[in-house]
Amino acid sequence: MTEPIIKFDKVVKKYGTHVVLDELDFDVKPGEKVTIIGPSGSGKSTVLRILMTLEEISSGVIHVDGEPLWHEERNGTLKPASEAHLKKMRAKLGMVFQQFNLFPHMSVMRNITEAPINVLKLPKAEARDRAEQLLKMVGLTEHAHKFPSQLSGGQQQRVGIARALAMRPKIMLFDEPTSALDPELVGEVLNVIGSLAAEHDLTMLLVTHEMRFAREVSDRICFFDRGKVKEQGTPEQIFSNPKEARTREFLKAVLEG
Amino acid sequence: MLFGFSWDTSHGELAFAISILPILLMGLVVTIEASIAGFAVAMVLGLIFAVLKGAPSRFISWPATFITEFFRDTPLLVQLFFLYYVLADHGVILPAFLTGCLALGVQYSAYTAEVYRAGIEAIPKGQREAARALDFSARHTFTHIILPQAVPRVIPAFGNYLVSIMKDVPVLSVVTVLEMLGVAKIIGDQTFDYLVPLTMVGGIYLILTIVCSGIVRYVDMSLPKTGIPLK
Ligand SMILES: Nc1ncnc2c1ncn2[C@@H]1O[C@H](COP(=O)(O)OP(=O)(O)O)[C@@H](O)[C@H]1O
Ligand SMILES: [Mg+2]
Repeated sequence: MTEPIIKFDKVVKKYGTHVVLDELDFDVKPGEKVTIIGPSGSGKSTVLRILMTLEEISSGVIHVDGEPLWHEERNGTLKPASEAHLKKMRAKLGMVFQQFNLFPHMSVMRNITEAPINVLKLPKAEARDRAEQLLKMVGLTEHAHKFPSQLSGGQQQRVGIARALAMRPKIMLFDEPTSALDPELVGEVLNVIGSLAAEHDLTMLLVTHEMRFAREVSDRICFFDRGKVKEQGTPEQIFSNPKEARTREFLKAVLEG
Repeated sequence: MLFGFSWDTSHGELAFAISILPILLMGLVVTIEASIAGFAVAMVLGLIFAVLKGAPSRFISWPATFITEFFRDTPLLVQLFFLYYVLADHGVILPAFLTGCLALGVQYSAYTAEVYRAGIEAIPKGQREAARALDFSARHTFTHIILPQAVPRVIPAFGNYLVSIMKDVPVLSVVTVLEMLGVAKIIGDQTFDYLVPLTMVGGIYLILTIVCSGIVRYVDMSLPKTGIPLK
């Protein structure tokens, strides 16, 4: 049994009295490709945002790569994490956003190299070389000097993926990476994500409504409902033989819609 | 006679007007200098207040809010007298021109702080989230992500305040700064003709504000809306 690289332990997330994650238990193994599906508002984005440290948890413990994410061990007890600890933990994760969130005033090249140069302190030449490799991987070599507004949505999202990968994260989080795209641009982004999924070491956590794609690339599908994992299993189990009525309803609605 | 120029009162109004134009223009130079200096103070101080007002700790944000409210809600003249007379009583003696620019800058920093804040808050929150996900320091996020995008959005509002500052410069004449209106008044006092110099001041102000607004509009149009580009 390998230790999970992500482990949620009775994690609660509340906004006021509104419970978004309800004592969530959830594990991901190193290198595993997990897709989270579920109705809107079920807490899918919240899981990713908490992992990326964009959102705090209300209670519970999360471990990432063997260390508590939102806590630090001091004198044998768990204390709320310091900014220095969060910084260290953040380096393990990369995130791709639904709305891309590229920096509109930076060229594609600068979008990708800004963090490696300023955060990882890589030499500029090295950061550029790496950015060029990544741009090649996402098929945007000729667009390095353009600005985001000069690119299509699909191209922008591919830059978003390259930007996150440039920090060499162990875990990649994708929050509905194709939901903001025109239908004809979805494929080019899924192709890139699909090729990443072939990388053995990279752990991937993907939220998507692209069920066919999820079926192809995922090791496991998790169905979220009201802040809990309602049902999970291999793509085969979830898509062909869902046990829970809620899962069946959801899949029916998505596949027909 | 003023600034080494003398006026011609014996060949009609036009000759009088022409003779005092160079004197008024000397005053105009002071007006422009004071406007630019006051504006520069307001830009820098306003940015500092904007940052402090947005600080996560209330111990910082509340006093900053209080101070800017105070600056905004007290008359410029009171602040000017305070800096000029009260500080002098306590041994801090500043030249009149410097005091005037400081008073203008301090008063307008309360407004520019709001402009900066509005500009900063208009940046989509995804920008901060992306910056955090990439682990940029708070400082780098502010200087390289937020500010370059906020500045082009706030230029038009800043331009309007520059024009307002120009129009407030005559207040400095009460602490003996010889700006354009003060110069016109001295000419009037000595020649008993106020109409010509004051009308000229009005006209020059009109030209000045039109030119300024034009420059602001041009700068605004030529700024990239997505932010100051970084290659
Ligand atoms: N900042 C917030 N304040 C209050 N409620 C929020 C906030 N962010 C998210 N929520 C709520 O949390 C719930 C889960 O949101 P989310 O994780 O985005 O769902 P999903 O991604 O599954 O659609 C939703 O009901 C949403 O309204
Ligand atoms: Mg969501």
